[in-house]
Amino acid sequence: MTLNVRVIPVLLLKNGGLVKTVGFKDMTYVGDPINAVKIFNDKEVDELLFIDIQAAKENRRPNFELVSRIGREAFMPFGYGGGIRNLDDMSRLFRLGVEKVTLNSCAIENPDFVEEAAHNFGSQSVVASIDVKKDALGKHWVFDYRNGSATKLDPVEFAVLMERKGAGEILLNSVDRDGTFDGYDIEIIRKVTLPVKVPIIALGGAGKLEDFGKAVKMGGASAVAAGSFFVFHGKHRAVLITYPDKDALRKAFSS
Amino acid sequence: MIVVVDYNMGNIGSILNMIKKVGGEAIISSDQEQIKNADKLILPGVGAFDAGMQNLAKLGLISIFRKKVTEQKTPVLGICLGLQLLTERSEEGIMQGLGLVDASTVRFKFVSSSGLRIPHMGWNSVVIRKESPLFHDMYPNPVFYFVHSYHVVCRNAEDILSTTDYGYDFVSSLQSGNLFGTQFHPEKSHKYGMKLMKNFVELVH
Repeated sequence: MTLNVRVIPVLLLKNGGLVKTVGFKDMTYVGDPINAVKIFNDKEVDELLFIDIQAAKENRRPNFELVSRIGREAFMPFGYGGGIRNLDDMSRLFRLGVEKVTLNSCAIENPDFVEEAAHNFGSQSVVASIDVKKDALGKHWVFDYRNGSATKLDPVEFAVLMERKGAGEILLNSVDRDGTFDGYDIEIIRKVTLPVKVPIIALGGAGKLEDFGKAVKMGGASAVAAGSFFVFHGKHRAVLITYPDKDALRKAFSS
Repeated sequence: MIVVVDYNMGNIGSILNMIKKVGGEAIISSDQEQIKNADKLILPGVGAFDAGMQNLAKLGLISIFRKKVTEQKTPVLGICLGLQLLTERSEEGIMQGLGLVDASTVRFKFVSSSGLRIPHMGWNSVVIRKESPLFHDMYPNPVFYFVHSYHVVCRNAEDILSTTDYGYDFVSSLQSGNLFGTQFHPEKSHKYGMKLMKNFVELVH
């Protein structure tokens, strides 16, 4: 048999609370992280991913106290990203119950750190997180969220490099689709999944269940992630934390 | 007191978190005395087989661990690599395992057309094959979280507690007397894992 496709809510942390962005801007406060974990426990979510979107920008370490509180309530695999700069940070996070760390800005700065991390903790616990943005000509570039601008890195080449350095998974996030509900950027997912063997997790743009199926069938993604899809409800975007039931998910991937 | 053996192999905080959640008391330790005095032991672990055995040896824990299992009959739960270390050997390495259960560890082998990836990572069904305190009162159709590239093969079919289908049926948990092992991660498996962990915590020996 093949495994069910993993469906992963991505929760953004800022000042100890949860926020959600559109196009990496326009932040909305969506609630308390511990409360969200409890809801996702009840809904038997496959995995959770927390990303502190301020830590690296402010050049600070992960908020270990908050991660510890999350760990005490999260009885599913959960990842953490944001502000990780060395192996000690990673060790501390694993001791608090984190299953995987995602590396983003430090992977751009120093790809060898991914290698060091994979060597020390195993590839299965290292996720390379790549943000991508299209330029006016429609070409995709790796995006550096710290200064809000594109780098000169080609996302496909960078993903291949990350795999070679030992990343066990790649989280591919479209800045253009972030918070839009317009569906995933299938084009870039397809381009990255072709040469890369490790699982690609698609992120950015999911608005309905069918989008999950498309990312897998048309894009070749191994897992799907989303933010707004799990925290907003209806056209007025009322905050409501939800997760589809198992039958609905099975249908989304089988049709 | 339950001791979660700390031998520098992977993320063990979540095991402690879950034991506390189900009302148990546990500590994380690599201290020989604390391990000698433990009522129950959990051998966790993520990583390579040889590195795991080397770390246990470096900490001087191998003979202590053997004595606990064979003489004192202390209940032990091996999780993932921790389960594999209880076997005699693994295709992943050249070192001898603890050899406490009549089993060995092999790599997943698929025909190339299967499209199955290694590691086996994600949620999968666990089919219970035998009555055991570990699965006492388990919810119907249990699913657990797996991350592994190797799995255990039991020589004694009676030791098999459950199997899971990934390309073929493999042993996803076992019991040999006071020795228990799960290839999956109960500490990451919602109510199913919580139930299993509670069963281990409440086990009377």
